[in-house]
Amino acid sequence: MEKKHYERPHIIKLEAGMPGKSGIRTEQAPTTHIDGMAVKELVKTYGSPLFVLSEQTIRSTYRKAFKAFSTRYPNVQFAWSYKTNYLSAVCNIFHQEGAWAEVVSGFEYDKAIANGVDPGKIIFNGPGKSREELIMATEKGSLIHIDHLDELYLLIEVAEKTSQKPRVSIRVNMDTGIYPMWDRFGFNYESGQAWDALNKIMHSGKLELMGLHTHIGTFIMTATAYAIAATKLADLARSLQQKFNHHLKYIDIGGGFASKNTLKGSYLPGSDTNPSFDEYAEAISSALINSHFSPGELPLLILETGRALVDEAGYIISSVIANKRLSSGRRATILDAGVNLLFTAFWYQHQVTVAQGVSQHREDTTLYGPLCMNIDCVRESVNLPMLNINDQVVIHHTGAYNVTQWMQFITLRPNVVLIDENGNAHVIRESETLESVTGGEKTPEHLIKLR
Amino acid sequence: MKIKHQIAISDTGFLFNPATGESFTVNPVGAEIINLLREGHTWQEIIDKITEMYSVERNSFEKDLHEFAGIMKMHQLLDKDE
Amino acid sequence: MSKPRYTIAVTGLNAIDSPGPGVAVIRGLLEAASFDARIIGLAYESLEPGIYMPNLTNHTYQIPYPTAGTDELMERLTYIHSRENIDVIIPNFDAELYSFMKLEPKLKQMGIRMFLPTFEQFEERHKVNLTKFGEKYGIDVPLGIAITDPAEIYKHEKELDFPLMVKGKWYDAYIAYNMEQARNYFNKIAAKWGYPVILQKFVHGTEYNVTGLGDGNGNTIAAVPMRKQYITDKGKAWAGISIADENLMDLTRRFVESTGWRGGFELEMMKSNDGRYYLMEINPRIPAWVYLAVGVGQNIPEALTRLALGEKVEPYTNYEVGKLFIRYAWDMIVDRSEFENYSVNGELKKDEHGKETL
Repeated sequence: MEKKHYERPHIIKLEAGMPGKSGIRTEQAPTTHIDGMAVKELVKTYGSPLFVLSEQTIRSTYRKAFKAFSTRYPNVQFAWSYKTNYLSAVCNIFHQEGAWAEVVSGFEYDKAIANGVDPGKIIFNGPGKSREELIMATEKGSLIHIDHLDELYLLIEVAEKTSQKPRVSIRVNMDTGIYPMWDRFGFNYESGQAWDALNKIMHSGKLELMGLHTHIGTFIMTATAYAIAATKLADLARSLQQKFNHHLKYIDIGGGFASKNTLKGSYLPGSDTNPSFDEYAEAISSALINSHFSPGELPLLILETGRALVDEAGYIISSVIANKRLSSGRRATILDAGVNLLFTAFWYQHQVTVAQGVSQHREDTTLYGPLCMNIDCVRESVNLPMLNINDQVVIHHTGAYNVTQWMQFITLRPNVVLIDENGNAHVIRESETLESVTGGEKTPEHLIKLR
Repeated sequence: MKIKHQIAISDTGFLFNPATGESFTVNPVGAEIINLLREGHTWQEIIDKITEMYSVERNSFEKDLHEFAGIMKMHQLLDKDE
Repeated sequence: MSKPRYTIAVTGLNAIDSPGPGVAVIRGLLEAASFDARIIGLAYESLEPGIYMPNLTNHTYQIPYPTAGTDELMERLTYIHSRENIDVIIPNFDAELYSFMKLEPKLKQMGIRMFLPTFEQFEERHKVNLTKFGEKYGIDVPLGIAITDPAEIYKHEKELDFPLMVKGKWYDAYIAYNMEQARNYFNKIAAKWGYPVILQKFVHGTEYNVTGLGDGNGNTIAAVPMRKQYITDKGKAWAGISIADENLMDLTRRFVESTGWRGGFELEMMKSNDGRYYLMEINPRIPAWVYLAVGVGQNIPEALTRLALGEKVEPYTNYEVGKLFIRYAWDMIVDRSEFENYSVNGELKKDEHGKETL
C-alpha cells in the first residue's frame, strides 16, 4: 500500500481574530511546473538552487510592451538595458525581437559588440565613460548620451582626432513630481543646465546632436510622471528647432517602469497596483503627440525599460535546508538561496510559492538564506505551508537585476537555465567552481606554504 | 508524553482546550499524533505508526515529533509530569 | 405586486468598538421598502460579530485579505457566486475598495453589480492628494504633506506647526503635540500601512460628518449631516445627532456635482472656531453610522443597491433633524461549533431564523 504524503505535524493557536484590516492570509497554489517543466526534474538535473528564465515570458512581455507603444505612437524603438540582465542568451532574445542595446560601461559595450549588435544601435549611457571608451564608441558610430559637462568637453576634444563626428544626446534630469528626484545624472532642466549644454553642443559644431534622453527614476508607480518628462523634453526640442533649426532624430524616455513585484512597505500587491505598459504608453505617447511636433516630424521614441520586461520571466528554485523555531516561537526556514543570489530581496517582498502539493495548514515563517551573515533574509514574514527538508520553493519575479547584481559572497553561484519556447531547458550560465572564483588570484611565493 | 485528558479534537482538526479556553487548528499528521496520544500510545509507538502510514524517514519524523511536542508543551496541552 | 428579491453580499461585519459599516448596511438593506434582501456576509476574520448575529446574514464566507491580490479574491468570489448567485456586492473597507474596483468589469460580466467610485475619483480624494483636490474644486482643506522620511517632519514643522495630524495612507490618524510624538507616530504608521505618511495641519473646531450617495452624474441622491456627540478613544462616534446645516449640505452637493461622485461616501468636516468649513477627509464608502441616515429617512444602502442594478433613483430631499444614534455593546452567546465551523471551513451558514446549520 502506498504511504500517505507526509506533512510535518503542526498546530496553530487560533488567535482572537479581529480584523486587523491588514493581514497576510494567502492561499497561493503550488508552482509545480515552470513552462511545463517539473520543478522537481529541474532540480534533479541542474541542482539547487537554480535560476530559471522563461524565453516564452520574455518574448511575450516584450511584445506586449512593444504593442502598447507602437499602437499609440508611429515610431518606437526599445533598447535592451544590459545592466538589468546581461546574460547573452537573454540579451539576444531581446535583440531578436528587435531591441537595440543600452549599455552603461565599456564592459557592457564590449558585451553588446560581442553579441553582434550593430554599433550604430548601441546607446552608451552612464556617468563613467573613459576617454578610450568614448573614442571607440565614436569611431563605431554608437549613440553617446552625455552625462556631465566634463564629458561634453572631453568629447569635443576627442572629436578633433576621430574620423567620425560623435553622435550624441544629453541626459536631462527634471522634476516630474517623483520623489526622490534623480538629479545626479545628466543636466538639470529647470535650472537651465540642459539648455546650456545643448547650446554648447550646437555652437561647438564638433558633435552631431541626435536626441534627448531622460531617465526619471526607478520603479515609478505613476505613469503621469512620464507625461511630464516627455513634455519637458519636447519643449527642449522645440527650442532647438526655433533657435538652430535643428530637428532631433529621437527622444529617449529611458526606463524605470515598475514590474509586478511588490515593494517592501506596500500594502497591496504590485501585481494589482503597478501601472501596465498600456498606462505608461498612453501617458508618454499622448504627451509627445500633443506637443508641438507636427505629425510628420515626430521623433523616434526610444525606451530603455529593463526591469518590467524581464522580471516576471525569472524564477529561483530553492530547497529547504532546515526548519527551526526562533526563541520567540516564530518559525524560520533556511533555504539554499539567499541574498547572494537574490539581491532584490532587499527591496521587494518576493512572492514565494511551494513546489509541491500541500494541505491548507499554514504558518507565518521567516525565510533565511544559507549565508552565515545576518543580512541574509529572503522574506521577513510569509505565510507558507509546512515545508519538509528538501522540499522546494519557487521565488517569483527574479529576472531583473539579480543575475547582474548578485554577489560572489561566501558561496558559489548556481546554474542558470533558460526554458525555450518548446519547453527544453538550456544551461545559459554554468554553476561556478572554485576555479572560477580563485582563478585570478595570485599568491606571493612566501605565502604559499602554511608553515 | 501524555496529553491533558479533557482535550477534544474534532474530525476537522479543530482542537479545544476547555481548561484554558484556547482553540487550535491541527493538520492531519498532527491530529493523528494527538489521537494516538489520547489512546495512550507511547512515543515509540507513535513513531512506528506514523512512519508506517506516511512516507517519512524515522529520523526525520522523530525530529518533527520532538518539535511538535515542544509546541504542545508551550501551549500547555501536555500533562506536567512529562 | 410582490417585491423583487436580491442576493446582496456585504463586507465589514466587524461591529466592534472601531466598527466596520457592514452590519449597519445590512440593517438598511433588510429594511428596504423596494426589495427583499438575502444577505451574504463576506468576512476576513473569525470573530467579526456580524458572522454570528441572528437574523442578519444567510451565509458568511471568509475572503482573502487585499494583500493577497485580486486573483485570489476573484477565485474566492467566483466560488461564492457559484453557490449563492450574488446580485450585488457592497464592499465597505477602504483598503479593499481598490481590489473591488479593479474587479468591477469582471464581476459585472458574471452578473454581479457594484456601485463604486471611479479610479480617478478614488485617487484624487486620497489623503495623499487631498491638498490638490481642495485646490481643484475650490474646497478648503487643511494643508497636508505626504512624506516618506521622518526627517522631513523637521522640514515642514514651520508650515504645519504643532499639534499636527499624522495619518496613514489607508487608516490611522494621531495628533502629535511635539516632534518626539510625530516621529513615533510616523514610524508606527509606516510600519503598518507603508509609505507615504501624511502630515496634516491641525484645525481647531467642531467635527461634523456627512454621509451621502452620488449617482455618478453629479446628482446627490442622499445626504445626511451629523454631529458627533460622543467620541471613543479611537476617535469613532459612539453617539451622534442629525443636524440641519445648509453650509454642510451646500458643500456636499458641490462635492458630488464637481467630482461626479459615484457611490457612497462620508465627508469628514471641521468647522473651525472662526466659522470656516474644512474638508478633512473623504471616505469613498458608506460609514459605520449610516444607520442614522436610514433611521431619519434616507436609506442609503437601499438606494445604492438600486443604482447598482441600474434603476433610476429619485433623490431623497428630506430627513428628520435632531434624531440621535447611540451605539451600544451587546453580548451574544455563540456556540463553539459555529466558531469552529467558520474557523476551519471558512464559511458559516445560518438559516432564516439565524440558527447555524451545516
